[in-house]
Amino acid sequence: MVDVRYETAFTLYPYQRSEDQDVDAPVRHPVVIVGGGPVGMAMALDLGQKGVPCVVLDDHDGVGVGSRAICFAKRTLEICDRLGAGDPMVDLGVVWNVGKVFREDRQIYDFNLLPEEGHKRPAFINLQQPYFEKFLVERIRVAQAEGAPIEIRGKNAVLSVESHADHVLLEVGSPDGPYKIESNYLIACDGARSPVRGMLGHDFTGRIFEDNFLICDVKMEAEFPTERWFWFDPPFNPGQSVLLHKQPDDIWRIDFQLGWDIDREAVVQPEYYMPKVQAMLGEGVEFEPEWVSVYTFQCMSMDQYRYGPVFFAGDSAHQVSPFGARGCNGGMQDVDNLAWKLAAVYHGEADARLLDTYNEERKHGADENILNSSRTTDFMTPKTAIAKLFRESVLDLVEHTNAMRPLVNSGRLSLPCVYDGSSLNGPDDNRMPVRTRVGSTLVDAPVNGGWLMDQVGNYFIVLAVNCEIQIEGLQVLRLDADPMVTERYLGDLLQAVYLIRPDQIIAARWEIASAADVISALQVAKGG
Amino acid sequence: MDVLYTPRIDDPDGFYAELLDAHEGLKEAESHALNARLVLVLSNVVGDRNVLRASLALAKKAGSSGR
Repeated sequence: MVDVRYETAFTLYPYQRSEDQDVDAPVRHPVVIVGGGPVGMAMALDLGQKGVPCVVLDDHDGVGVGSRAICFAKRTLEICDRLGAGDPMVDLGVVWNVGKVFREDRQIYDFNLLPEEGHKRPAFINLQQPYFEKFLVERIRVAQAEGAPIEIRGKNAVLSVESHADHVLLEVGSPDGPYKIESNYLIACDGARSPVRGMLGHDFTGRIFEDNFLICDVKMEAEFPTERWFWFDPPFNPGQSVLLHKQPDDIWRIDFQLGWDIDREAVVQPEYYMPKVQAMLGEGVEFEPEWVSVYTFQCMSMDQYRYGPVFFAGDSAHQVSPFGARGCNGGMQDVDNLAWKLAAVYHGEADARLLDTYNEERKHGADENILNSSRTTDFMTPKTAIAKLFRESVLDLVEHTNAMRPLVNSGRLSLPCVYDGSSLNGPDDNRMPVRTRVGSTLVDAPVNGGWLMDQVGNYFIVLAVNCEIQIEGLQVLRLDADPMVTERYLGDLLQAVYLIRPDQIIAARWEIASAADVISALQVAKGG
Repeated sequence: MDVLYTPRIDDPDGFYAELLDAHEGLKEAESHALNARLVLVLSNVVGDRNVLRASLALAKKAGSSGR
């Protein structure tokens, strides 16, 4: 039997007996993904659409209840676009630009994150995680109908893992009893408490912050504006912070900071949180609690994200505190990074050593996410008297001078890391714009009657900016040097050639390149 | 870094008196808070991260050396 760990919001892949359960010798698969959360499903979608057969094992048969991750950053939306799943997310998601910061009983400032022009997607949307996962699974169903070799097995729980040099042997529990399968590669997307990580005995270490937060998602049809409101030390939660923002379906996320010494059972009882929420929203405002949960801030990571045939992606590999939206967004970048590499190796287009760069690049990304997330937490939860003094000093000053606003850290916009120094990077030219340096994510722009991001991705491609180049076996996209393309891709130069990876990362760039230059950089970008 | 090792304050005695005056009548905790705000204001005036980093190092070093 398979334990039920949580209630599901949508049943999407009920248990079906697999042929693998009716044979004596374990069937060998190219890739098995453990965990059907956002990272596991996106990984399956990316691999499947690249022709890599993969099996997803999920111990449930659908998407768990509870909003959980609610903030999906622009980079994540671009990845979802590349996977064909972006539109329903953005159509339903809530976009906000105005934020207000309060202290005690007064507003101390507001800000408008005016989006930069020339991007298909907003800086981020708010959307409940169950929708995000559901849209990914719906896209998988479409891809399957088009022939993508993806199989999702609901109510299949990994019971044991044996890792060998070139494959893993899994024992899988199902409603019909246990069975065994083998896989050339295993991708553990099984969350922060990763059973696979535990079974293989790998460490997960880092910092636990001495603070707890209570999440109350409430449904209300009040006339609150679609803005992000953040309070330091409000009357309805003295000495602590509170965050309010909006999700679709008239659901509002409220995060109450609680401090360290709390009764975790007591705070999730209506007697505790209902009066708190009411005091915050105001007398007479009607609301219904939708999902209530308590959590402790943690920043944890594995030493490595690859051990032989086993890869770890998303929260199983690294966990960050949630302010700053770098958990699920970071996990989606793991998918972005690993899927094309695994596909290139599977199809014999790259040597298996390319796979080692997953650890190199994503460790770099996770370190940056943990750093940012820890800094936010240190501002919100000062650990010493002097840290508290400086935090209060910043807040004292910010009412008198805008100069202090940048120091107020109630969560930073989640941005993808730049793979500076990656072993896959080719030549760069520092006369060109810094934001499009080698190792960066491509910057969107309106080009050729559409969006650049929609014209690039899933395979290596060359951008010929205001020039011509032909390279055998490589697609070339020509861009005219309009003002936006010039600002983002040329700087003071008149022309440029960019080599772009399948994950829309800039692999190399030149003012003038020969076909041989590009082919050489392509070899480097494929792991040499 | 010259800026750290060159006198730059006009009328140094006048400045010093104003600094002490600003703390006049404050309790110790209030003085610490004033200093913290002052550090933040002045840090923003300096702006340059290299100068700020060197300033932190100098202040730290001066406090840990023998008398």
